[in-house]
Amino acid sequence: MEGYISLFVKAIFIENLALSFFLGMCTFLAVSKQIGTAIGLGAAVVLVQAITVPANNLIFQYLLNDGALAWMGLPEVDLSFLGLICYIGVIAAMVQILEMVLDKYFPALYNALGVFLPLITVNCAILGGSLFMVERDYNFSESVVYGVGSGAGWALAITALAGIREKLKYSDVPEGLQGLGITFITAGLMSLGFMAFSGIQL
Amino acid sequence: MDAETKKVVYDPLVDNNPITLQILGICSALAVTTTLAASLLMCLALTVVVACSNASISMIRQHVPSSIRIIVQMTIIASLVIVVDQLLKAFAYDIAKTLSVFVGLIITNCIVLGRAEAFAMKNPPMISMFDGLGNGLGYSLVLIIVGTVRELFGSGTLLGYTILPSVNDGGWYYTNGLMLLPPSAFFIIGLMIWGIRSWKAAQVEQPDFEIQKKHHSEVV
Repeated sequence: MEGYISLFVKAIFIENLALSFFLGMCTFLAVSKQIGTAIGLGAAVVLVQAITVPANNLIFQYLLNDGALAWMGLPEVDLSFLGLICYIGVIAAMVQILEMVLDKYFPALYNALGVFLPLITVNCAILGGSLFMVERDYNFSESVVYGVGSGAGWALAITALAGIREKLKYSDVPEGLQGLGITFITAGLMSLGFMAFSGIQL
Repeated sequence: MDAETKKVVYDPLVDNNPITLQILGICSALAVTTTLAASLLMCLALTVVVACSNASISMIRQHVPSSIRIIVQMTIIASLVIVVDQLLKAFAYDIAKTLSVFVGLIITNCIVLGRAEAFAMKNPPMISMFDGLGNGLGYSLVLIIVGTVRELFGSGTLLGYTILPSVNDGGWYYTNGLMLLPPSAFFIIGLMIWGIRSWKAAQVEQPDFEIQKKHHSEVV
């Protein structure tokens, strides 16, 4: 149990996808003008991440990994080079299914997420989560914890940045640095802040 | 090269740079630039993928129904990235190791999908390939500048050769550890955007909320 808690905390703070691995940066910088939309997008990422990382973990363990096809009587087959295309397929399909399910059963949540749901397919944080899961060899239960934790970390980061940007609207930023420039520097300072967590050993 | 091709290739370098203006493909620009060698390899991989994907998507653009175009584009891009990934693992294993998951992440690099959607779906193959090449080069330009700054000031070397002998090796240069840490990439790109926008004033964004000039002069 302790291992899972420390993995969870590590995924949120120490190895924050947005601020220490720079994943999902394009949406992170582009869709963080308002806190409301940022929270909606964050929630969608947590949801998708919590489904796709474990799903990809199963695919990797039982279909793609070296020797994984032994249950089919093909122990020498190594399909791991097909990983990328499978993961992105799973992500695209999951996002599509999620969209339909939410539309049918949870229309309120569906309307709140709006256009961000389909955009998540090309959010590198999602694919990055799956690739880190493969690289670090997580088992199924670890991958569930990692999926939720890394999604929550990304949501936390984008909400915090949106909060700062809402305040920043009223400050006198030099011309040329306005908009994208100052957002980059803000994100840099935030990431410097998150580095304070890096010394923590769990 | 005729005038149109030239424009398509040179425009993304500064005037319509994917990173500093279009906000595309930022993740890898920040993450792989600790050393110049890794940045160069990443640039090469990305430019090849964008150029090829733009060309092949443009070739089949009239046969793809628009409802499934995203998944078709993703499949083409993913196949190209797998080829690049396997090639890198075969011929440049050490650097491929330091790039870790970021080669795979070219799939979700918004430059590739963004250019496929915005340009290749509407234009013939040849010019689309040049557009991909131009955007790849615009991305490379930013990556190479950031990579050079970070490696030179962070460890005093370029491509592994010592340029500024560091104190640890008996030289005079105190290495700036911040440059090797992730946040420095944000600062360098932020300052680069400031520089480019001071040069090309047309790119400056309008502020949402302007401080009154009178009030401003009172404060100053």
